[in-house]
Amino acid sequence: MNRWKKIEEWIFRGISFAAAFSVVLILLYLLVVIFKKGIGSLSWEIVFSLPEGGYYFGGGGGILNAVVGSFYLSVGATILAVIIGLPAALFINVQLIRLKHTQNIIRYLLDALWGIPSIVYGAFGFAVMLFLGLNASLLAGIITVALLITPILVRAFDEVLKTIPVELQEASYSLGSTKTETALKVLFKQGFAGFITALLLAFGRGIGDAASVLFTAGYTDNIPVTLDEPVATLPLSIFFQLSSPIEEVRQRAYAAAVILTFIILIISVSARFLSKRYSKNIIK
Amino acid sequence: MNDKRKLTDIMVNIWMRGGLYILLSIPVLTGIGLYWKAAPLFHDHSFTDLVFSGKWFPMKGEFGFLPFIYSSIYVTVLSFIISAPLCLFAAVYLTQFGNQRLLNFTLPVIDILAGIPSVVYGVWGILVIVPVISDHVAPFFGANSSGYSLLSGGIVLAIMCIPYMLNMLIEVFHTIPVGMKEASLALGATRWEMVKHVVIRKGFPGIISAFGLGIAKAFGETIAVLMVVGNTLNISISPFEAGYPLPALIANNYGEMMSIPDYDSALMFAALLLFVVILLINLFFRYFIHKTEKI
Repeated sequence: MNRWKKIEEWIFRGISFAAAFSVVLILLYLLVVIFKKGIGSLSWEIVFSLPEGGYYFGGGGGILNAVVGSFYLSVGATILAVIIGLPAALFINVQLIRLKHTQNIIRYLLDALWGIPSIVYGAFGFAVMLFLGLNASLLAGIITVALLITPILVRAFDEVLKTIPVELQEASYSLGSTKTETALKVLFKQGFAGFITALLLAFGRGIGDAASVLFTAGYTDNIPVTLDEPVATLPLSIFFQLSSPIEEVRQRAYAAAVILTFIILIISVSARFLSKRYSKNIIK
Repeated sequence: MNDKRKLTDIMVNIWMRGGLYILLSIPVLTGIGLYWKAAPLFHDHSFTDLVFSGKWFPMKGEFGFLPFIYSSIYVTVLSFIISAPLCLFAAVYLTQFGNQRLLNFTLPVIDILAGIPSVVYGVWGILVIVPVISDHVAPFFGANSSGYSLLSGGIVLAIMCIPYMLNMLIEVFHTIPVGMKEASLALGATRWEMVKHVVIRKGFPGIISAFGLGIAKAFGETIAVLMVVGNTLNISISPFEAGYPLPALIANNYGEMMSIPDYDSALMFAALLLFVVILLINLFFRYFIHKTEKI
């Protein structure tokens, strides 16, 4: 009996050890493969030049259009998400602070929204685009990506705001400030570190997402100047180049994958760094 | 209070309220918008016809979604079978057996990996999984495969879901009271017995929810699957055959959908189907999580 217990203990300890390490190894292996395959064909030319004629048949040039396009799209979507999401998150934590039940229902709905796949938003964005009479353009892409990232931004920011003690708000009211002043000058300042994290999280999602902009952003070899021009994105550029039969073009897709992964890594790491830095000023 | 402060208060209040209402209207508008675009399809097709018919001939106006639904469910189940036990045991090791240092190192890594875009997972699938399946796995089972198959789709999906599911499982295991675990150890249970009888049992609703949300994520994933699954219309038992999941159908045909009548409605119907199924799964399992968080 006792020996059996020991054997069982060792077996399951072994299994879970193997599982944990294989998970970590698989994920590290993924990064290694992506970097190893792409780093060889990575060059300054790819990052900093536009596609030249015959680029998709192995001609010269780079994917600057996609890199800049992705940034335009994501920055625009993040701004839109902040305009809608920031007040919503503050509203949940200031005006609704006494209504726990309503708060919980809203959080529940937002959590459920988080899981909706981006292709659905893409299709919906396409319907909206037709409804508004827009073409596939930067603006349509921004609206679609904003739909996708606003719930993420709000929920991530809200997660930090809800840990701020109510007493802080009460102190602010007792000094005679209005709800708005409390929300913007007390709560927002207290939760600023969380806001930065939420912002970068949403921004990263916006840059990495392909399925939502497939319908709405179009694709172009140029950098858009106005909102109604189509725009190229990095994930789509990887996707299109990878389906090419020409080896050289596929090589550039691998290089683009390295660029994308690198951007995402920088965003996540700086999110951690910045949130640590800004949390120094928080009143505990 | 002077007028300026009062006015600012009112204006900002309206802005805040507006933001929240816009946000909450997104799911409703999405449902209505997709239904509005899909509605023309319901004129000459019944719902059961669309979902349970295997005849897909857009040119003739026949839209049977069965092969797509089948492929979607197939890859999702496959990815679940691969990732669920792996995540569960990994989470058990990281939170119960391993020390705090290991967890402090792995958590940020998992977090960062959860943010890697799906197209990168797709590239990895093409570079690693597809050749392995066509050169080694399929011949081993005596099958012939190009590597672009349901199995590749399932594996890539599983890898994609791992950081997501693992994160949630670790959170679930952290909610279990330490006192309970200590009580079981004090009664002479081994570590594994404690995991089996206390951690798993107490965290059961949370574990199920994490699995459910993982399934929902896998079901809706588009680009990564699209890149490795082959995109051929068929219903086959063998995992070495190519498949054609619903999201891939939508993503692949957006270019030509305007030229064939009702085709765009059919694609919007596919999106509506995904939206409703995933929203229901999410609402169901999130309810579990919210219930357990309150206790």
